[in-house]
Amino acid sequence: MSITATLSRAWRASVIPLVTVVLAFIAAGLVMILTGTDPLSTYGDIFNGTGLNWLFPWVTGHARADAAQNLQLTLVATAPLILTGLSVAFAFRVGLFNIGAQGQYTVGAIIVVWVATSWNGLNPVLHIVISIVLAAVVAGLWAAIAGWLKAHVGTHEVISTIMLNWIAIYVAQYLFQEGGPLQGKQALGNPVSNTIANNMHLPVFWGNPALQGLDVGIFLSLLAAVAFWAIMHRSTLGYEVRAVGHNPDAARGAGISVARNYILTMAICGAFAGLAACVDVLGWQFNVSGADITTSQVGFLGIAVALLGRNTAIGTVFAALLFGALETGTSTGNLVSTSLNPELAPQLTYVIEGLIVLLVSTDVIAIRLLGLPRKFGWGGPTTAEIKEEYLPSDPAMDASEGLTTEPGSL
Amino acid sequence: MTATATPPPAPRVEPRQANYAKQVGIGAAVLAGIAWILTLPPITLRTPVPSIALGLLAAIIGALVLREPKQRRLGGATIGAGLIAVPLSLAMTNQTAANVNEVFTWSAVIASGLTFATPLIFAALGGIISERSGVVNIGLEGMMLMGCYFGIYGADITSSWVLGLAIGMAAGALTGLVHAYFSISLRANQVVSGTAINLLAVGLTGFLFVAHYGDNGTPGTLPQVPNVTLPGIDHVAFFGGAIGTTNVLTWVSLLLVPVVWWFLFRTRAGLRLRAIGEQPRAASTVGLKVIATRYAAVIASGAFAAAGGVYLADGFDGSFNFDMTSGRGFIALAAVIFGKWNPFGALAAALLFGLSTSLAFRMETFSQTLSTLFQALPYVITLIAVAGVIGRSRPPAASGIPYVKE
Repeated sequence: MSITATLSRAWRASVIPLVTVVLAFIAAGLVMILTGTDPLSTYGDIFNGTGLNWLFPWVTGHARADAAQNLQLTLVATAPLILTGLSVAFAFRVGLFNIGAQGQYTVGAIIVVWVATSWNGLNPVLHIVISIVLAAVVAGLWAAIAGWLKAHVGTHEVISTIMLNWIAIYVAQYLFQEGGPLQGKQALGNPVSNTIANNMHLPVFWGNPALQGLDVGIFLSLLAAVAFWAIMHRSTLGYEVRAVGHNPDAARGAGISVARNYILTMAICGAFAGLAACVDVLGWQFNVSGADITTSQVGFLGIAVALLGRNTAIGTVFAALLFGALETGTSTGNLVSTSLNPELAPQLTYVIEGLIVLLVSTDVIAIRLLGLPRKFGWGGPTTAEIKEEYLPSDPAMDASEGLTTEPGSL
Repeated sequence: MTATATPPPAPRVEPRQANYAKQVGIGAAVLAGIAWILTLPPITLRTPVPSIALGLLAAIIGALVLREPKQRRLGGATIGAGLIAVPLSLAMTNQTAANVNEVFTWSAVIASGLTFATPLIFAALGGIISERSGVVNIGLEGMMLMGCYFGIYGADITSSWVLGLAIGMAAGALTGLVHAYFSISLRANQVVSGTAINLLAVGLTGFLFVAHYGDNGTPGTLPQVPNVTLPGIDHVAFFGGAIGTTNVLTWVSLLLVPVVWWFLFRTRAGLRLRAIGEQPRAASTVGLKVIATRYAAVIASGAFAAAGGVYLADGFDGSFNFDMTSGRGFIALAAVIFGKWNPFGALAAALLFGLSTSLAFRMETFSQTLSTLFQALPYVITLIAVAGVIGRSRPPAASGIPYVKE
């Protein structure tokens, strides 16, 4: 495929998500106007809080240093979101709804902090690799429970993954609490694990390590996205996964084991979510507290990331960047604003995220909007042509559709 | 994994015996239950020997039932129940009798179990109505949360809990309307639209809560949903402690279960609603209004879920907190499936969950450290129950599929 053809395909695939995001920001702006807040200046402040203004060459001096620091935080927040997004997206491609990324992330966090603070005396690099691999494997096994139940008992994965989430969260609470088996030796009454030694932190390659610069976890996430694409489009497993997602009955008829695909898919999803925990714990947290477990939303946000990214690897990366930027830009530490109470900002993020997912749930609105010029007699494509042009024709591309074609849906 | 593709081996048990395998299996499962109950009040046996014997017996019978291909699920569950009964009985007999009696004060377990079950019953009833009409409602959690905030807000501005309930339910109904518009009119993916509702509700209620009440939280002087004390019963042993003093909304939720059942299965409107959820095309052909009925069902489900939210905030807690539903809407969703889309089934599931939550909290007496782990118990029980005991449950045929009128 020529470069221009690739570019035009990428453009066509991203038009509707982009329109959706713009619409969501406009709708959230209306909410702000209703509550007496100036949306334009607020969005400007949030944008500066994300550090994305670093990309502008005219931002110089002190402002540039601040922007760099903010951008590092944004990318640190983006890395785990890419991975949980991939976790949810992979399940969507086989026609499963993985609400369990949060629990899988929690299991990963338990394992990675446990392994990384035990077995002293190992070579640090080897130790990091072992802890990452073990966390991914155990989180994968945890998720495979839901896949196995779906395949062999018929339990709906939405229910089983929700239950597994809560079980994982309470187990983590138990382990790290005062007197719990994994409470740190220096924790002294606090529900916190041991702290990972300095030589086992993921190295920071941009910014000041003492001020939470950008660590190499982002590359791990991008590598996982490449792996996602490779599995999906360059392996037999990916072919089978897409076939089952498109039509489980036809896939079964063609000799594909649907049960095996459900279990393997969930295991891979769990591994992605477990990696997300590794990126967080080894990258900047260095220990895990009970509060970390209960306040973390990264697995749930993965659902929104996957949906906005249309369950593709590249889409998930960009959607994660948007959500990571929103989260960082509206955090009380980063947002400097005269128009919006910083305490309101995180709530605003939820509203924007909710609106994005709501608009992602249907393409009708974006298509109608794109068809407006024609309606007003300004020319341009008809809505039918827009559908033809901008909606991916590969049914497995829009695999969340698979949810409705499957009779076992809720 | 590949073993599933191959057919199970020919039955080794004689067909005549096979007829009784199910009954035998259920009987053994009951034995396993009895094994544990022996060590609990009012019997409170202080030696684990009979319980261990019964538990092992149940497990052995379960293993025999397992050989019958059609009863493998039951056999597995029975083995599990028997093997779990042994450590449970050991744990109980290891505790002092006083501790066991304190935790298993059944009247108190039931009383607090009902408070945990009430919001679930409301939301599950809403979920049943919506799904019976053919619309998946994963947004129950968000609709419940809207009920929480607007119930409190309504009670605050009107100084009346009844109006607070009305305002909370109206907010839930409006949220239901949004879900209905997207999933019915715009034919959005219903699971995705429901997920959006949940995120939106967290953001909107949090935004309004911070904007309106700031750092002080909701006022402590709100008119709360009152308790009712049943005269005559409140001093009767056991019943007095269990249901003598109970919140008004708990009674309402319990009363609504037969009402919704009667509506769905004994009225013309209920039959039509179910027909639309099973065969919308056929229902439309005979002149039923598919779109309007689905709208009504989803809006009603929002109001129901919100009533559960009002109970949670204004009846139980007396305040609103950020994201205070913490997954109850999803538990209600599990209760809908566990209860096979039947109000009484959902009630049983909600009670199972409520009672095990209540027990988990009371088990702090046994071990402070382990008490956190006990709180995972209701979720483990629900998972086992949904997976093992009830088998495959069949949703309404058109559930989750948008309807396109021709």
